Amino acid sequence: METRTGHLFLGLMFFINASLMLSTARAESDTPMQVINPSLKREPVKQARIDTENFELGVYVGKLSIEDFGSSSVSGARLAYHFSEDFFAEASYGQATAGSTSFERLSGSVQLLTDAERELSYYNISFGFNVLPGEAFAGSGRAFHTALYLLAGTGSTKFAGDDRHTLNLGFGYRFIFNDWLAGHLDARDYIFDIDLLGSNKTSHNLEVSTGLTLFF
Amino acid sequence: MPLILIILLSLCTGYAQAENSYRKVQIAEPYIELHTGPGRGYPVFHVIDRGEWIEIHKRKTDWFKIVASNGITGWAHQVQLEQTLNPEGKQTRFQQIDQDQFNKRKTEVGVLGGDMDGAQTMTLYAAYRFTQNLSTEISFMQAVGNFSSNLITNFNLLNQPFPDWRISPYLALGMGNIKTTPRSTLVLAKDRSDLLAHVGIGAYGYISSRFALRAEYNRYVVFSNNDDNEDIKEWKLGLVTFF
Repeated sequence: METRTGHLFLGLMFFINASLMLSTARAESDTPMQVINPSLKREPVKQARIDTENFELGVYVGKLSIEDFGSSSVSGARLAYHFSEDFFAEASYGQATAGSTSFERLSGSVQLLTDAERELSYYNISFGFNVLPGEAFAGSGRAFHTALYLLAGTGSTKFAGDDRHTLNLGFGYRFIFNDWLAGHLDARDYIFDIDLLGSNKTSHNLEVSTGLTLFF
Repeated sequence: MPLILIILLSLCTGYAQAENSYRKVQIAEPYIELHTGPGRGYPVFHVIDRGEWIEIHKRKTDWFKIVASNGITGWAHQVQLEQTLNPEGKQTRFQQIDQDQFNKRKTEVGVLGGDMDGAQTMTLYAAYRFTQNLSTEISFMQAVGNFSSNLITNFNLLNQPFPDWRISPYLALGMGNIKTTPRSTLVLAKDRSDLLAHVGIGAYGYISSRFALRAEYNRYVVFSNNDDNEDIKEWKLGLVTFF
């Protein structure tokens, strides 16, 4: 009998205790107590810089036909900046040495220009438009980006001892080998006035060139 | 010798690490499209789904070279990449150059073409801005006329009273030197170098990105050895970029 009341008593105690514990547990869950206070301070993630490749710098060689003076080798350098996928600006500088006119050759001894005056150099600033961008395929596994572009600009040509205001018009083909290297084929017309042979006339000087440029 | 080798090796590993640290972003839109080239006409050949992480390797104008986690490489436009999240969970932002930055520019360079009493001119200049209102610049101008070719070097002071306007006018004052080379077809003409001063008015017009237009009208006085000083008018128009 004693054991029975003892069991009952114990059972009651257990019940009260359990319900008390439950209620405190509920109270705890109502107002959560923060045991650990983590000072969460996010390390700012360092963002890697993105390598932009909008500039193009390169050299070219070709042939320049200087009106009345035959055609000569030309070499030069150019720097371009690509504003968008469509437009770019280009500055270029080139040098050539003019040959002799047919008049000079036939007359024998007459020299219209001194050697120093035969040195031709030009600089110009042009705007370009990538009119036909595209891809060229070499075999089945390789594709290269290409573009056919039109150019027009203004500048100055030093020839026959004088500076001459020069307009240039042309087109070119850009073949991009990889992320940083491109090849160019260019055709340009340099237009300036010249009064060397008696009357003032507008001369057209055609140039074809090939070059390599680096993107950076 | 070993020391040099160690330095070289550490430099190499440093370089390699720098090479591998590309910016990583996570796609937040349903997908982004990869083009085969950096242009709107290049075909879309792959899409990357939401939640994937991608690496940005290069940028050409508004196009970004993307490498997906599976190694597929293609080009995506800036508009699509701005819908991605960076490792902090924030929207990816690329530096946008707008008029505000143009107004706060410290240095600028530009190229202008124009006309100086019948001679065609080309001008190259660089400017430094002390404040948003006051700047100084050095300019080199080549003017090619029928009788001579001139090289003009100028130091200018510019005052821009309303730098915040989209088309912002300015006043210019300058002094410099004009070197005149007569045409070689003219007989008995000699090179000359004279002092000159000018006043001018002009305006900047912001276009977009890093570019603005600039137009200017100048009146020059050349202090020559002749009995009268020469008075020359010039106008020019050109493109300005800034840093």
